[in-house]
Amino acid sequence: MAEMKRHDNRLGLWGWLGGGRWGVERHAYILHRLTGLAILLYFLMHIVVTSLRASGKYMWIEGHVLHQPVFRFGEYLVFAAFAYHAFNGIRLVLVELGLAVGKPIEPIYPYKTSLNVQRPLLISMMVLAGIFLLLGSFEFLGVGK
Amino acid sequence: MTENTNNSRPITFHVTRYNPESDRKPYIKSYTVPVRAGMTVLDGLHYIKENLDPTLAWRFSCRMGVCGSCGMLLNGHPTLACNTQILHIADTDLTVGPLPNFEIIRDLVPDLMTMFEKHRSINPHIVRTDEKELNTPEGEFYQTPEQLEKFLQFTYCIKCGCCMGACPTLATDVHYLGPMPLAAAERYDNDSRDDGWRDRHQLTGSAHGAFRCHYAGECSRVCPKGVDPARAIQHLKRQLVLDYLHLARKKKPCAMLHGPGEGKLLANIPAAPAKTV
Ligand code: SF4
Ligand code: SF4
Ligand code: FES
Repeated sequence: MAEMKRHDNRLGLWGWLGGGRWGVERHAYILHRLTGLAILLYFLMHIVVTSLRASGKYMWIEGHVLHQPVFRFGEYLVFAAFAYHAFNGIRLVLVELGLAVGKPIEPIYPYKTSLNVQRPLLISMMVLAGIFLLLGSFEFLGVGK
Repeated sequence: MTENTNNSRPITFHVTRYNPESDRKPYIKSYTVPVRAGMTVLDGLHYIKENLDPTLAWRFSCRMGVCGSCGMLLNGHPTLACNTQILHIADTDLTVGPLPNFEIIRDLVPDLMTMFEKHRSINPHIVRTDEKELNTPEGEFYQTPEQLEKFLQFTYCIKCGCCMGACPTLATDVHYLGPMPLAAAERYDNDSRDDGWRDRHQLTGSAHGAFRCHYAGECSRVCPKGVDPARAIQHLKRQLVLDYLHLARKKKPCAMLHGPGEGKLLANIPAAPAKTV
């Protein structure tokens, strides 16, 4: 029999980034990856910029382009990404070691899943990330200096 | 109950159509269906086929959430058509599409073979080193209710594929085993009668195995049977880590139970009928 033509219905990148999104864990998942990629990008840029040191001291002089507010703001975004990624990462380590998802139960409608079990952990980690971010904001704004 | 058509409300079904022989790609076709309270999406599709368009194709069998045939995308949400009442999810419009992350054979019929092949690859059955025990059984395997509860939840899976359609990881990695096969692996790994977990770990611990999952949790959210594959996968990851670190508790598969009759037939039980296969 001849092979029948099929339509590939894999969602691809859009399925990863946009498809679904029915719950807060799904948003946390996207944000975790995006912040991870952002931190990686920053790391690469960081290596390039610090390596410029080899071509002279002038990059570190006050007033250079790297000290412009836009770069300060960029650094703040990296810090925010770090705060989220770190605290959500702690939750993921605990969850992915099967420590915060609860034991298997008898499924009785309406179903409660492991998502409900780990939700308090998610909320507390986000609160901690928020506090961390707030403290960092004071630092960035130079409050108390 | 007498049918009261006056009580019906028109709902427009936006159905994905695709005929591999004539269409280059899927397109949406709309049908208006008079919907009464209590009608399921499956009933709506039957209405379309009987009254509006006999060429519409989809898959179903039990029409009561047992066989796992009718998984589809309803308003962008993977779920069972027979288990979903139209008026619960639609006021005026309803989109009906095939489960994503599978190839479309025709209209709403996805090709689930990729899922079944992955499922088969993880040995979804009890493995004993001594095959004789399974092939010519002389007694029962001993299992306590607590041992049963360790995997019972994961046995309720009906292989509908809704979780596979929802998983964002599967959307980008075709080779990822996916929530259903991984939950099945955890189900058998955890069975006190099983001795096949080492082989299964080879696969579930591979690059396309459990560690591809990052707990987006969509699989557990859409599962129509409350199987919670995301939970199964996280427990599986812990086992894989412990196994890798050589910290896994040495698990011996349970022995045959020689209960009151000590493995011998009791005198008052008639002999089993002759084997037919
Ligand atoms: S785990 Fe749930 S959603 Fe996935 S195939 Fe099984 S029953 Fe369907
Ligand atoms: S929890 Fe894991 S398997 Fe389930 S949808 Fe998310 S990534 Fe996929
Ligand atoms: S028809 Fe069997 S699960 Fe829907």
